[in-house]
Amino acid sequence: MIKVSFDSIFKTVLKAVGVLMLLLLAGIFVTLVIDSLPAMKAAGFAFFTGTTWDPVFKEYGSLVFLVGTLLTSFLALAISLPFSLAIAIFLGEYFRSGLVSSFLKSAIELMAGIPSVIFGMWGLFVLVPLVRQVEMQFGVAPYGIGILTASLILAVMIIPYSASISSDVVNLVPADLKEAALSLGATRYEMIKKVVLPSARSGIFAGVLLSLGRAIGETMAVTMVIGNANILPTSIFSPANTMASIIANEFAEATDAVYISCLIEVGLLLMMVTLVISMIGRYIMHRMKI
Amino acid sequence: MESPVLRVENFSAHFGDNPVLKDINLSVQHNRVTALMGPSGCGKTTLIRCINRMHELIVDAGVEGSIYLHDEDLYKMNPIMVRKKIGMVFQRPNPFPTMSIYDNVVAGYNLNGIKIKREEKDRIVEESLRKAALWEEVRDRLHRKGSFLSGGQQQRLCIARALAMNPDILLMDEPTSALDPKATAHIEQLISELKNNVTILLVTHNIAQAARVSDFTAFLYLGDLVEFGTTEKLFTVPDDKRTEEYLSGKFG
Repeated sequence: MIKVSFDSIFKTVLKAVGVLMLLLLAGIFVTLVIDSLPAMKAAGFAFFTGTTWDPVFKEYGSLVFLVGTLLTSFLALAISLPFSLAIAIFLGEYFRSGLVSSFLKSAIELMAGIPSVIFGMWGLFVLVPLVRQVEMQFGVAPYGIGILTASLILAVMIIPYSASISSDVVNLVPADLKEAALSLGATRYEMIKKVVLPSARSGIFAGVLLSLGRAIGETMAVTMVIGNANILPTSIFSPANTMASIIANEFAEATDAVYISCLIEVGLLLMMVTLVISMIGRYIMHRMKI
Repeated sequence: MESPVLRVENFSAHFGDNPVLKDINLSVQHNRVTALMGPSGCGKTTLIRCINRMHELIVDAGVEGSIYLHDEDLYKMNPIMVRKKIGMVFQRPNPFPTMSIYDNVVAGYNLNGIKIKREEKDRIVEESLRKAALWEEVRDRLHRKGSFLSGGQQQRLCIARALAMNPDILLMDEPTSALDPKATAHIEQLISELKNNVTILLVTHNIAQAARVSDFTAFLYLGDLVEFGTTEKLFTVPDDKRTEEYLSGKFG
């Protein structure tokens, strides 16, 4: 009898924790919606389509930030993908154990643990001068800061996420499939390209999705190198701004109620974008499942 | 008698310091089924994995002696070439889950980047599936993934995949050990039909299976080739006492 009641208590506790998580999420969402109501009233739909963000003249258009966020995130994803795939194949197929792989594995884990302000500082002191050199080569204004610099920093920051998930799934590809490919006369490269990667693709995609979510929400490092210019970017060298960094930058100085409310609405938009992207990702993953 | 397809000469294999095969001598005749039988751990799977040079993929594995495929020393050839000439069917059916049935059959060509015409591919797919007695069951679903196939059908798909490469010899590593009795009977019947055109080396731990389908049988025990001869002789008047004991169920 005692055992049964302990079991049911345990079950109730688990249930409560689960429900609490859902309530928390709902609570954050509801708070964001309520607090952005004044902004919705003031700016209306122009909030999503406007490209001018000028608190002095009470003009709040957040399209520039949406573009900035999506541009930096997807560019970062494109830059990081070859690297994380290479690491995944290296760790999951070529060096599954041994000194080299355990060293690399801990290095990747360590990289995921570096505070983003450190990445931002490194970006400011190392990447910005480098990008400035490149910009001078191309004959564009050598700001050094901007979309490209932010994307590069983001790429470095998200590699650990996609690389560690991808190398796990590459590692999980059944040995019989690999042996079947080898027994047909495939080289190791042909086996990886035509059997291992296709079998691991939905897992690799999951890793990519996780890292994309991380890139979209990243605030500090991006703020430090993106230039914080509230304009629509004209090239990948343009200074710009993202949703997360506008909130971080202006929240402290926002004095009137509508201004604060607009920043909260940007937060709501950021949450929705993350949600939509993860939903699209889940749908694609579901379609890809074998 | 014509010259054998495959000759194993004074062949030994080991993992690190641990010998798995000791001085094996064996030959496989053209268009016959040769069975390798013996209790678990006797080295029979290692022997066929040495023939298509898969054994060496394991760290610490090594071999001595030679294996000849039509007078060509397999251990002096590029292992990739060896595996193109020697087909293999594994214990558990392992069709590629990301490929359609059609692509599974021609996987050997696709994997090796061999470009062949569409009509040629169609012909190879139909011919191989017919040889593997699977054509009638899947002809309308060739471009669907093979995941809806039963275990026995999947194994026949793997046989078709190996046959599509026109191998000089087909290695089968306990091909029915993961299948139910009905599917097993089907595969055994298929092996008997295939031997008109294909040379087969079959590993089995099932004594009755060796007796049913093979023309020659080799009995391996603890890494030694105890006895090798026609199946009829080995099962009726074995030379070695250990063979007799194994056949009568004293061990194994």
